[in-house]
Amino acid sequence: MNEIYLDNSATTRTSDSAAAKAVQIMTQLYGNPSSLHSKGLEAEHELKKAREIVASSIGAAPGEIYFTSGGTEANNTAVFGAAKALCRRGKRIVTTAIEHSSVIESMQQLEREGFEVIYLTPDKSGRINPDDIKAAVNSDTILVSIMLVNNETGAVQPVETAASAIKRSSSPALLHVDAVQAYLKMPFTTKKLKADLISVSGHKIHGPKGVGALYVRRGVRILPLHYGGEQQEKLRPGTEPLPLICAMAQAVSEYPTGSADNNYIHTLNAHCRRLLSETDGIVINSDESCSDYIINFSAPGLRSETLLHYLEQYGIYVSSGSACAKGHKSHVLSAMGLDSALIDSAVRVSFSHENTMENIDYFINKLETGLHTLARSK
Amino acid sequence: MKEVILIKLGEIVLKGLNRKNFEDRLIKSLRRRLHKLGSYQVRASQSTITVTPMDDDADMDEAADCVSKVFGIAAFSRACVAEKDIESIKQAAGIYLRERFEEAKSFKVESKRSDKKFPLTSPEISREVGTYLADMYPDVAVDVHNPDAVVTVEIRDTAAYIHCGVIRGAGGIPVGTGGKAAILISGGIDSPVAAYMMAKRGVELTAIHFASPPYTSVRAEEKVAELLRRVSAYSGRLNMYTVPFTKLQEEIRDKCHEEYFTIIMRRFMMMIAQQIAAQNECQALITGESLGQVASQTIGAIACTDEVCTMPVFRPLIGMDKEEIIEISRKIDTFEVSIQPYEDCCTVFTPKHPRTRPVLKNVIAEQKKIDYLPLIEEAVKNARLTEL
Repeated sequence: MNEIYLDNSATTRTSDSAAAKAVQIMTQLYGNPSSLHSKGLEAEHELKKAREIVASSIGAAPGEIYFTSGGTEANNTAVFGAAKALCRRGKRIVTTAIEHSSVIESMQQLEREGFEVIYLTPDKSGRINPDDIKAAVNSDTILVSIMLVNNETGAVQPVETAASAIKRSSSPALLHVDAVQAYLKMPFTTKKLKADLISVSGHKIHGPKGVGALYVRRGVRILPLHYGGEQQEKLRPGTEPLPLICAMAQAVSEYPTGSADNNYIHTLNAHCRRLLSETDGIVINSDESCSDYIINFSAPGLRSETLLHYLEQYGIYVSSGSACAKGHKSHVLSAMGLDSALIDSAVRVSFSHENTMENIDYFINKLETGLHTLARSK
Repeated sequence: MKEVILIKLGEIVLKGLNRKNFEDRLIKSLRRRLHKLGSYQVRASQSTITVTPMDDDADMDEAADCVSKVFGIAAFSRACVAEKDIESIKQAAGIYLRERFEEAKSFKVESKRSDKKFPLTSPEISREVGTYLADMYPDVAVDVHNPDAVVTVEIRDTAAYIHCGVIRGAGGIPVGTGGKAAILISGGIDSPVAAYMMAKRGVELTAIHFASPPYTSVRAEEKVAELLRRVSAYSGRLNMYTVPFTKLQEEIRDKCHEEYFTIIMRRFMMMIAQQIAAQNECQALITGESLGQVASQTIGAIACTDEVCTMPVFRPLIGMDKEEIIEISRKIDTFEVSIQPYEDCCTVFTPKHPRTRPVLKNVIAEQKKIDYLPLIEEAVKNARLTEL
């Protein structure tokens, strides 16, 4: 059976060359980058190369990149690290209600520790209103954390506004941007984002799971979450997981980011969007301003999980926007104020360059059959 | 120093002429379960079953945990074995009780002498051992009225045993002495508890699970398998039948009135379960229903469901509150698994307003809208057996 993987925002297939790179580091260049001998030195060179690749992919300096165990750790480090470093200068933090759980739950912990957290809610399209950001940031604010692309809907957030809002408020606030879903998929540079902290992850871009990076602008000081070693300027100590880091760098260096490549994803998206909009009983929750990589839609009356398991019978893998009846409802779609009929039936498809137009046709074909044959709850 | 487990029989001793039968079952299940942990000898004599490790490096904590889950055991003790002379007994007690005496503030010694040829009487033994321990642990005082630690010395035919404290067993009667029954298990909190409770009354179990892909997922089935593995720590080995239930559910959904969905579904489940149960020499069905918990668990709904049953249906949770059920599920370690949120076939297509007082005549009329017999036959035929 053909495998049609349309869940690339959950994770991607590790590219063959990235996997090969990891194997090479594990079996040949296996030294500890901190070791003084030549085995360590060659490992250190690999680490340096990897750091340069990741840094240049977002227009940063190598010294501004700290490798982490992934997006979750990058987000945690940014949020707690900034809050702890600036806690004497204010207690107010501004974020959104649609952040990834690694940001939201970190924020909830900070609330328990006495911080005041403002959660901005989006409009029906899933976007935060820039005016709300401006209004929320005041002189006591120490951190603003906003994602660049929402992981469930693909909605692009007005992050640039946050930087100027901070400037205008003359607050000490740092700006953190969770760019995990945007990384390499939507062109951005540190200069353009004007962010102090940016989180990215390896496995969303055909790198391995277990590695990500946090960009920390030069001159910005945040406190570490871990202690015990000189590595990565003590912000993230511990022996660097070189196989994962180098494999991530390999994936970054070969990621197709040219305009033709972006057009390809755009074409896939447009094709899928057109077919979905022509299908009876489908409501598209991601509007056209969303990232080309993600389309969220609902089939009211069919639970997300049912459609997901139905499609997987044909080798088509998608994501349920929301878990089953007993599970939690999607906090993102809830914050958008969608009807519960739409939330309960939400499905996300997310693309990669490995998908083809034929994949989309097959997916839509099976989706239509499913819509006709699956029994709906009333 | 050799440690053993001394097991006191529970209700079994009341069984009169059947006692031997019950005891043999218990020994068998002890042997089978301990066998997985290593080499142990299990022997009965003088109304006590003794578990003796045959390997020097046996993990007795693990063995005790295993014993604590075997039904038919009221209480047991972990004891050390000594030669039958008073000096050996004293020395063994001194070493064996070190850990316990580091926590205790006071103690007393009790002795039982079933071997009357032993030269000292019980009070003499207690006095000797008590004096020795008091000298060895001067921080622990003798207190015969309200001691922290009660040390027991037992002089039996084969050896002397020293133990300190009785551990409560799982109670009940040995699995297998109560016949065989099939548990209908969905993956929720209740059914594993119901399974546990019937196993406690000596019932050997077979499990039946209804799956409705794609409305339910493979993970839901794996969850049920995991629940059953945990139940099997008490019930002993058990098998699971997974019944493909999608077609029947879709038929009910398409053809019957919404408010009868659940009740007709449950009738079909019973019909299927009954056939699989009979094929496996089961004499009864078990469900985790508790009266009034949900719409299908009213007296009226249960009566309508059971109308299709010729086998007795045991509902050990019928009079229990959810809190009481949860307490047991925590005790048997199934709660955390049960609350994993996967769709199960009972929640697919749940009607908004189910009938709480269904009229049997109407239920049967609705059910007749489906040509269900061939579908039921097909479901039984395609039930898949998993050995856990």
